[in-house]
Amino acid sequence: MSVGLVIVSHSAQLADGVVELALQMAHDVQLRAAGGTDDGRIGTSFDKVSAAVTELRDAGLDVAILTDLGSATMTVDAVLEFLDSEELEHVKFSDGPLVEGAVAAAVTAQVGGDLDAVVAAGRARELFE
Amino acid sequence: MTDNLSLAWALAWIRGAQATLEEHRMELIDLDRAIGDGDHGENMSRGFKAVVAKLDDSIPDVQGVLKLVASTLMSTVGGAAGPLYGTAFMRAAKAADSDLDSEKVVALIAGALEGIVARGKATTNEKTMVDAWTPALEAAKAAHESGATPGQVLRAAADAAAAGAEATIPMLATKGRASYLGERSIGHKDPGSTSTAYLLDEAAKAAGA
Repeated sequence: MSVGLVIVSHSAQLADGVVELALQMAHDVQLRAAGGTDDGRIGTSFDKVSAAVTELRDAGLDVAILTDLGSATMTVDAVLEFLDSEELEHVKFSDGPLVEGAVAAAVTAQVGGDLDAVVAAGRARELFE
Repeated sequence: MTDNLSLAWALAWIRGAQATLEEHRMELIDLDRAIGDGDHGENMSRGFKAVVAKLDDSIPDVQGVLKLVASTLMSTVGGAAGPLYGTAFMRAAKAADSDLDSEKVVALIAGALEGIVARGKATTNEKTMVDAWTPALEAAKAAHESGATPGQVLRAAADAAAAGAEATIPMLATKGRASYLGERSIGHKDPGSTSTAYLLDEAAKAAGA
């Protein structure tokens, strides 16, 4: 199953920018930005993340989610907690550095990697070794 | 006449919480500016305003109020407090399957703490809201065991949370964004533990304690 990415950032501009950057090397990958709060402030939104995940799932994609900072990760964890166990096989969090991780994950998705491969690429662990 | 806490208490609590968070908005902003991103006061104020705007006659019981608080904070707060308090109220709601006697008040606080720990992966002495909720739960348990009313249990929890918040001042932050400051986080009160103390104080006040 093809993999789409949800980019979660406290800043809407940052989320949009990461999507823009990742698309440069991954033209065919579905990326969704979920940045900022519902009313356009700095922060993350449960509803925006949830809507982005649903949109990609409805399009028949597996979903890898990447975040910028700890509280964005908590929002994602909360969204994941509302999914049932079967759905959690198709929606996973990739805990890595946002920019490098998003590019690596998007390229992996572009070349046909499955969800686990995309999530592993998004962690970008080799950067820290 | 029962001391058990009902829907009226829950509504009074959340309205009181909104008022006190509004009153202390700048204080929470200043605390968070010192060691965080400065949004805690604004976020809590917005979150509880959104909750109060949704309180109406269709909410059947205590559990309904707590669930509404959970889902609204989760989607409107934005900062770390959204998922943390959202999860806390969600787990607390599970304990409130009827009006609350003292034992259920303890279960409510235990649920909230469990939710915060599950979401934030923090433990005590890391300069987070866990440092207010943990002593609150201990004090609530002790009060319940000594035969306190639900209101008295909440008062014990609130006072312990306030003391817990004060006790974060000399702590070195090792969780959350304050941890990036290292030693510079010492000497500042943790905003999340401060808002916790205000929330529990309002819970006790709403119960007349």
